[in-house]
Amino acid sequence: MSYNWNWGVFLQSTPSGSDTYLGWLFTGLKWTLTLSLSAWLIALVVGGVVGVLRTAPGKALGFLAATYVEVFRNIPLLVQLFIWYFVLPELVPVKLGDAFKQMNPVAQQFIAAVLCLGLFTAARVAEQVRAGIQSLARGQKNAGLALGFTLPQTYRYVLLPMAVRIIIPPLTSEFLNIFKNSAVATTIGLIELSRQAQQLVDYTAQPYEAFIAVTVIYLVLNVIIMGLMRKLEKSLRVPGFIVAGK
Amino acid sequence: MYEYDWSTIPAALPILWEGMKITLQVTLTAIVVGIVWGTLLAVARISNSGPLAWLAAGYVNLFRSVPLVMVILWFYLIVPQLLRAVFGTALQDIRLASAITAFCLFEAAYYSEIVRAGIQSVSRGQISAALALGFSYGQAMRLIILPQALRNMVPLLLTQAIILFQDTSLVYVIGLADFFGASYKVGDRDGRLVELLLFAGLIYFVLCFAASMLVRIMQRKTA
Repeated sequence: MSYNWNWGVFLQSTPSGSDTYLGWLFTGLKWTLTLSLSAWLIALVVGGVVGVLRTAPGKALGFLAATYVEVFRNIPLLVQLFIWYFVLPELVPVKLGDAFKQMNPVAQQFIAAVLCLGLFTAARVAEQVRAGIQSLARGQKNAGLALGFTLPQTYRYVLLPMAVRIIIPPLTSEFLNIFKNSAVATTIGLIELSRQAQQLVDYTAQPYEAFIAVTVIYLVLNVIIMGLMRKLEKSLRVPGFIVAGK
Repeated sequence: MYEYDWSTIPAALPILWEGMKITLQVTLTAIVVGIVWGTLLAVARISNSGPLAWLAAGYVNLFRSVPLVMVILWFYLIVPQLLRAVFGTALQDIRLASAITAFCLFEAAYYSEIVRAGIQSVSRGQISAALALGFSYGQAMRLIILPQALRNMVPLLLTQAIILFQDTSLVYVIGLADFFGASYKVGDRDGRLVELLLFAGLIYFVLCFAASMLVRIMQRKTA
């Protein structure tokens, strides 16, 4: 197998002349980060609410929350993305659909991807939140109520502060997943990292350099996030509190 | 309002079934190879041999930090050249072969983590007892530890299989017509993307939901 390695390819300028291929990689990284972080915000907010609802009294809300989790967990991410991107603009009221279709393509791709990734991950976050709350001793909730807190106050001041700390390790792995899952947005054309890898292959005919570079970026991203989350976990740890069985 | 027209779906069912066969083929191969290779990796990782454990850990961490889309694309790049090197000429359509390779090696990393947790859930006394009784390390693993560990982790292995089944839709990136790819193609051809995508979503949902219900029932029985 003879392959001409040429790492200098990243410094060459792209056909349009305004950028180097290295610049393309940075653009890709920027989109991957923007997409993942904005989706993570949605996932935390929606997932938190859904997770709390699953533990709250009242059958109807619990059922709705459970349905949400099952629907978003049992349909492949790629199918969900295509439904957001191709199907929903047709099904919403015509005006809204048309407004979406007239936006610039990048905005369309980004909106579809961010909603898809955010709500998909929210279902997973919700499960962790539920597990976190349920792992607390029942006495905590009862004590809160007995002290005269209302139920929302009990959640706000007693249950959630503990649960949030317990679920940081599993949330870390969801946070890592969201970066990896963001690569799926390549299928609707968003120019995130793995899209740039494919473009580089098409433009430079140096597939190995392009793929290795992008893979290394993902690895580094992974290591950085893991380090940051470990720090967060340490700084939020409740002194003396040990979760059973962990 | 959008006007649905579901009439293209019945006629497209044979094509969709062909796609589903590819989906199942990739899924089942990856489950079998993934569990076997993953178990070997897990055993290597907790073994006392430094370099072996280190290599296995490296493998698992590498595959677990890279998006599946990238892995599928990587193998689509590498497998043809490998096949050419081995067989002299390129095979006709290597998309299926490269997708299966990618999924087997990728899933092994995830399965190995499940198996490792399963092995570590068996109390250490068991292996000490086996060694004391004169079993070799390999025998102890194969005859004492793994049978118990595998039973503990069946629900997790099945859940991972459901995730894998969903993830096979990503072979779309190399243009392989699995169930999802076939649905997309038919929808695109007939101008009925809305119906076909919703249909595909529904089928995935029904299958995965039913499977996860079964896993849950099983879990309740064994627990």
